[in-house]
Amino acid sequence: MRMKLHLPNSAFIGNIDSFLRGFVPSDPGSLTITSNPNWVSVHPLVLVMLASLSADLKPGSITIDNFEAKSKNYFERMGLFKFLGIQSGISIVKHESAGRFVPITQIKDSITLSQFVTDIIPLLHLDPLQTESIRYIVSELVRNVLEHSRSPHGAFVAAQYYPKSNSIKIGVADTGVGIKESISHSHLVKTNLEAIRLALMPGITGTTKQEGGTSQNAGAGLFFIKSIAHVNHSLFAVYSGSGFYKLLKNTKKSLPFDPFVDNHSKHNDFPKWQGTIVGVDISLDNTPEFTSLLDLIRQSYRDAIKSRRPKRYNKPQFI
Amino acid sequence: MIINLFKLTGDFAENKDTAQSIRLEHILPGLTQGKTITIDFDGVTGTTQSFVHALISDPIRQFGGGVLDRLKFKNCSPVVQKIIVIVTEYMQASDL
Repeated sequence: MRMKLHLPNSAFIGNIDSFLRGFVPSDPGSLTITSNPNWVSVHPLVLVMLASLSADLKPGSITIDNFEAKSKNYFERMGLFKFLGIQSGISIVKHESAGRFVPITQIKDSITLSQFVTDIIPLLHLDPLQTESIRYIVSELVRNVLEHSRSPHGAFVAAQYYPKSNSIKIGVADTGVGIKESISHSHLVKTNLEAIRLALMPGITGTTKQEGGTSQNAGAGLFFIKSIAHVNHSLFAVYSGSGFYKLLKNTKKSLPFDPFVDNHSKHNDFPKWQGTIVGVDISLDNTPEFTSLLDLIRQSYRDAIKSRRPKRYNKPQFI
Repeated sequence: MIINLFKLTGDFAENKDTAQSIRLEHILPGLTQGKTITIDFDGVTGTTQSFVHALISDPIRQFGGGVLDRLKFKNCSPVVQKIIVIVTEYMQASDL
């Protein structure tokens, strides 16, 4: 049975659950894509999900059934058909005013990532205050993939500005080992969701059990990104294996270090995604000073270390 | 010894491979020789926690928190300063 993915009328982080539940992973050697016949409007994470799936497939093993949606132009402009290896039959005239977006980009090494982070800022027409968060998020998410996913295809990333919500939506996907496999090297985890929880806590990394991490890894990257979304009152989602975590919009001022204390939804029974997908929305209306955000992160990080400290002492045994 | 970061990283210091090279080729050897190291962030407008961690966590672990008397940070923007503070705090807290 072929892998199947249906592009609905709408799939953004807020309503992404039903789209992901409709993913049929089955045979990883072929993929059938179907779509809503009228209009398809999706978060960039959906695009990078498709692009990363296609990287593992041989040419000709992807079929698109009756893809007549009027939004086909958008997918062409974002580079999706190129990654799928399918001719869309559409020719796009590129011009500067076309919009603020970053088409799907595959990143396989550190140098390409550094250049990409520099290049995306003018594409998204960001002012300096907004630049801080966006480049931070993209750099850390893609670097996570390059360091931990062990995928030969690297990371797939895309971003789009949405004028109606005045927000930037970012998606990053890989088809690597997934968070559970990665974090299991140093922590005992039974489920994908448990692994996601640990990955979102500050100071926990798959590279070591040691507090403070290794010389190259602290285990704080995803925590920082979730924190940026939290302070920005924005949505954030992680999907890996059968686990799915979604940070819902927050009104709290405090920043909990435990993602399960945050306002969230979670599932551990999603169709298995071999790898990891992360989506983030950043509202440009709510962009706080990055320095204020860092103050909250600093306090939350302190709380996390403090909470773990008693567990590091040996307990006396009373016999 | 002064390390001019901008020449190596550009205005956004995020490449951890670069941080590792600076740490291994300049910071750790300099500290081992008893030198004072100044990392000059002039022109660097932003950085990531991962970059700063890759740059200075190992020196703090190897030499202890006291190394911050010999490892100095110059021309840091408020954002860069705060990220450095976060990393130095959790590294020292980890040793308690």
